[in-house]
Amino acid sequence: MDTSVTATHAQLAEHAYRIRRNALLMGEVQGQGYIGQALDIADVLAVAYFRAMNYRPDDPEWEGRDRFLLSNGHYAIALYAALIEAGIVPEEELETYGSDDSRLPMSGMASYTPGMEMSGGSLGQGLTIAVGHGLGLKRKGSEAFVYTLFSDGELDEGAVWEALMSAAHWKLDNLIAIVDVNNQQADGPSSQVMAFEPLVEKMEAFGWFTQRIDGNDLDAVIAAFDAARSHPEPKPRMIIADTRMGCGVPFLEAREKNHFIRVDAHEWQLALAALEAGRQA
Amino acid sequence: MSSIAQKPRLKTSAMIASIAAEGQRTKSAPFGHALVELARTRQDVIGMTADLGKYTDLHIFAKAYPERYYQMGMAEQLLMGAAAGFAHEGAVPFATTYAVFASRRAYDFIHQTIAEDNLNVKIVCALPGLTTGYGPSHQATEDLALFRAMPNMTVLDPCDAHEIEQMTPAIAAHKGPVYMRLLRGNVPLVLDEYDYKFELGKAKLLRDGKDVLVISSGIMTMRALEVAKALEADRVDVGVLHVPTIKPLDTATILREAGKSGRLVVVAENHTTIGGLGEAVATALLCAGVTPPFRQIALPDAFLDAGALPTLHDRYGISTNAMAATIKGWLG
Repeated sequence: MDTSVTATHAQLAEHAYRIRRNALLMGEVQGQGYIGQALDIADVLAVAYFRAMNYRPDDPEWEGRDRFLLSNGHYAIALYAALIEAGIVPEEELETYGSDDSRLPMSGMASYTPGMEMSGGSLGQGLTIAVGHGLGLKRKGSEAFVYTLFSDGELDEGAVWEALMSAAHWKLDNLIAIVDVNNQQADGPSSQVMAFEPLVEKMEAFGWFTQRIDGNDLDAVIAAFDAARSHPEPKPRMIIADTRMGCGVPFLEAREKNHFIRVDAHEWQLALAALEAGRQA
Repeated sequence: MSSIAQKPRLKTSAMIASIAAEGQRTKSAPFGHALVELARTRQDVIGMTADLGKYTDLHIFAKAYPERYYQMGMAEQLLMGAAAGFAHEGAVPFATTYAVFASRRAYDFIHQTIAEDNLNVKIVCALPGLTTGYGPSHQATEDLALFRAMPNMTVLDPCDAHEIEQMTPAIAAHKGPVYMRLLRGNVPLVLDEYDYKFELGKAKLLRDGKDVLVISSGIMTMRALEVAKALEADRVDVGVLHVPTIKPLDTATILREAGKSGRLVVVAENHTTIGGLGEAVATALLCAGVTPPFRQIALPDAFLDAGALPTLHDRYGISTNAMAATIKGWLG
């Protein structure tokens, strides 16, 4: 697929809707999953896969592709939803999510899934790998970008800060990092587990071209990705995306925030219906 | 809009999978409650975690003693370094995370900041061995090998809630660093039926048997006891020697029991075949010139699959059924 910078707001909104829907259907297979995160990051994934990134759906290992590293492996359900929408993973496999011998295990692993570039799950590693990709692509004279998504909780890990410093040192202008700030990690709100603000000032001080956006405002996400790719300075690029857990399904959004949302059996239909209603609105 | 709700639910590979069998007696959060009990008399005990308080049962302690609870964030190196500093100032930190993150991620920090100085830090770690189907990122199949290799470290692998309750005060009373595998949530209760009392450094013969001696630790002792009962029907007499202290190893008891002639010796562990209890026992036996027929039941030297925990325990031969079949096969 060529970079389709012409994808319209309406087209991207439809992709984001379908990514959310795929994630809900996978969650329903198991009756559980990191659904809150999948719903919050769907707009970012829609813009990444349908506007920003170069890739060939039928050749996930195409040398010229832009790399997408999912550092937060527990967001795998969200990336699977995008990979299905992008045609990299067949839609039929959706029903195998998280099951024995599936190519779509609950945590993202490179050896299992086409289009999954790294094995996550042990958090705070994606950006370190992205630095290596960035250096390697430059060494090969490749024009490809490396994208990596990580979460605000991962900022607790020291390795993230090692990579932040390194990427700027090496002037990795082919590296675009997205931080999902949903303020939720295992033991509670990220800001209470370990205070991480002010993020923009920290990233800028580390030498990154930094934008902070509402990650669920599609126009803002589009503008941020466009600006990240076209920024003229020789710096790595950071998009800090403030997102809402459960976005797109109002009753999940309103639910008391939880890292791992429990959804009762009868609620999946309600969630799909709420998502559909939002799409038509 | 199509839905797949009607179809039978597929088996999950969720991170937190219960190891309790249906209908098995369990106790909730034995470590958390034992630590609260201990902290009543030990003012020096503190609790520290790396964003896994809720998942290591330390939240029970956090609620009882909020002023002695330290949330260090998802930063395992910091957790261990700070625990070392705390110990230097006279505290006895109980530092919790998942076994993978302590063993793999923070190893150097434990080695240099805690073990080298023989500090009084208790590292208590959930999801040991194959107790989650979430995949290799969370499966701690090498933790015993790594911590056995670390000088000064005491290494423990409890079997059930009863043992965890006794182990918690025992490691606080011990001077020096300890790595303790943890079963969390609703933990099976087994050893109370065997009049069992945990003693640091001691192996305990739970039942005798003339055909087979299973030497085991952790959840594999629970499995070995079930196998022994199951094989009674086939007139196979299985003894079980429980070894909760992996290091220092109770070599005297192991040599005494394994040296009794006519028994197949089987070491069963929830850990890779490399560097765990099996190799420790084998070395002890060979060095003493005790050479019974010897077999290992352990996880393969491989990155294990993701999947439902019962599926994986069968696949890798550590379920009760798989273990019983393997032992019967060896007996011919």
